[in-house]
Amino acid sequence: MEADPRGVLTGVHFIDGDHACCEGALAAGARFAAGYPITPSTEVVERFASRIPTIGGTFIQMEDELASSIAILGAVWGGAKAFTVTSGPGFSLMMEHIGYAAMTETPCVFVNVQRGGPSTGLPTLPAQADMMQARWGSHGDYEIIALCPNSPQECFDLMIEAFNFSEQYRTPVMFMMDEVVGHMTEKVVIPAPDRIRLYPRRHTRKAPGELNLYEPEEDLVPAMAHAGEGYRFHVTGLTHDERGYPAMNARAQDRLIGRLQEKIRRAAESLALFEEEAVEEADVVVISYGITSRVAQRAIDMARESGLRVGKFRLKTVWPFPDAHIRRLAAGARALVVPELNRGQIVREVERAAAGAARVVGVPHAGGSVHRPERILEAIREAAA
Amino acid sequence: MSLTEIRIAGFGGQGVILAAQVVGKAACIYQDGYATMTQSFGPEARGGSSSAQVVIASEPVLYPYVTRPDVLVVMSQEAYTRFTPELKDGGMLLVEEDMVRLSQPHSNLKVYGVPATRLAEELGKRMVLNIVMVGFFGAITGLLPQEALRQAVADSVPAAFRELNLRAFEKGYEYGLQKGLENTEDVRLLPLHSFDE
Repeated sequence: MEADPRGVLTGVHFIDGDHACCEGALAAGARFAAGYPITPSTEVVERFASRIPTIGGTFIQMEDELASSIAILGAVWGGAKAFTVTSGPGFSLMMEHIGYAAMTETPCVFVNVQRGGPSTGLPTLPAQADMMQARWGSHGDYEIIALCPNSPQECFDLMIEAFNFSEQYRTPVMFMMDEVVGHMTEKVVIPAPDRIRLYPRRHTRKAPGELNLYEPEEDLVPAMAHAGEGYRFHVTGLTHDERGYPAMNARAQDRLIGRLQEKIRRAAESLALFEEEAVEEADVVVISYGITSRVAQRAIDMARESGLRVGKFRLKTVWPFPDAHIRRLAAGARALVVPELNRGQIVREVERAAAGAARVVGVPHAGGSVHRPERILEAIREAAA
Repeated sequence: MSLTEIRIAGFGGQGVILAAQVVGKAACIYQDGYATMTQSFGPEARGGSSSAQVVIASEPVLYPYVTRPDVLVVMSQEAYTRFTPELKDGGMLLVEEDMVRLSQPHSNLKVYGVPATRLAEELGKRMVLNIVMVGFFGAITGLLPQEALRQAVADSVPAAFRELNLRAFEKGYEYGLQKGLENTEDVRLLPLHSFDE
């Protein structure tokens, strides 16, 4: 399905990541957003609020993040494509409804422009410390999809992927930006609407009365119906059967939770978006994501100039974690270096996936700025030694 | 064109960010280059410190921050004091000369002054001092073609103020050309980058 031209601002722009993220959402067909604006994510909804009246849609500035995150789920069940935008403190408040979205299989996107934390932390300064929260923040056992852009252009491009994944797998998708990427201004090329491929809503073809709301299709994902279309249905955060009715027993739990996880796990390979370079003959591979990947690139270039064989692997999809690719890297390289703007989150995933096949060296940073490239270079040297 | 780091700094309300945006836009939309702009400002809407950094290059810019600027444009005393030490040896220092008093001679820098606020006032709107500064920057540095900057100005301001801003740009540019001629020797010594190279 092609993009609706009304939402696509085709052309070449010089805009920051927050604005580009908003344009990505509009191009993806998002026509509803609810938010409680917070630095450094405010510009996303600010732009949405100013653009949406001429396109046709709704922005609601809600009373808080709990309300924002549940409003978008209501909008989706009403037929819209919807998203909300926040940063650390707000992300914490949204956890309840991220779990609800996972449980009710509500396709939607949560944007988190990460800043330093915990708590109110560093409102205007960067971090990448919510990566585990994106994975595990809501209670219960679920799989999630999370994407991580490293430029304004990618904020646009990956936002479309985020919506597509959310629709295809009927799951909330976490869009994990950071303050630098959000506030950095660069050239963003927005293509013509007919060049933007969208995954359409998985709407049921069954007639009202014939639909079991949570009856999975072959890929384990059920088709949807919207409120007001004549279908009688029940959407609940309680463990439910294929009709959507509460079924609170171990068998129903096993069946439902197994399917919610499996629908994403079995798609891990096609969900794994990444960029890699010179990893085959590398002694050391630097694994990074978001803004840190751009700082790491400078360190990689410096290391190569000094004769080291260094490869680069950049995660665009962080969740589900691309275990198979990390295993492949670990089998070929002596060491994997993982710089990130936290004191050690994704590095543990790399360790787990590498399972001892290569040495794993973290380059922690508490946030508030990016790494000095020299610090990453030092880690590369140490790992290569 | 080799990678060039530029910092524009002043206080909030002077249009520092917009000036940087015009430079970035000229490089990556009206020329075939790349530009990355980052910014930092205080919590105040007016009067606080404001600084924008632009890296322009013919290749995609990876590291987004300015570390040793080639060009520093300052529009306040505080910005001058704070940022001049990080300027590269032989770098260019462009100052709003009514706002900034040099604390010492800078023999290792090329220093150019422009009364941007006064020139803007002559046009009837003090507000356009940032665009006067962009014009001056364009003429002095020769980093970007005049037309690219001109288009970027036209494209970055509200339609109602387009004419005024374009006049401000021309005024700054002309002033820069005169200054440049007065300092021909200095200008020749400078490693001028241009997209034509």
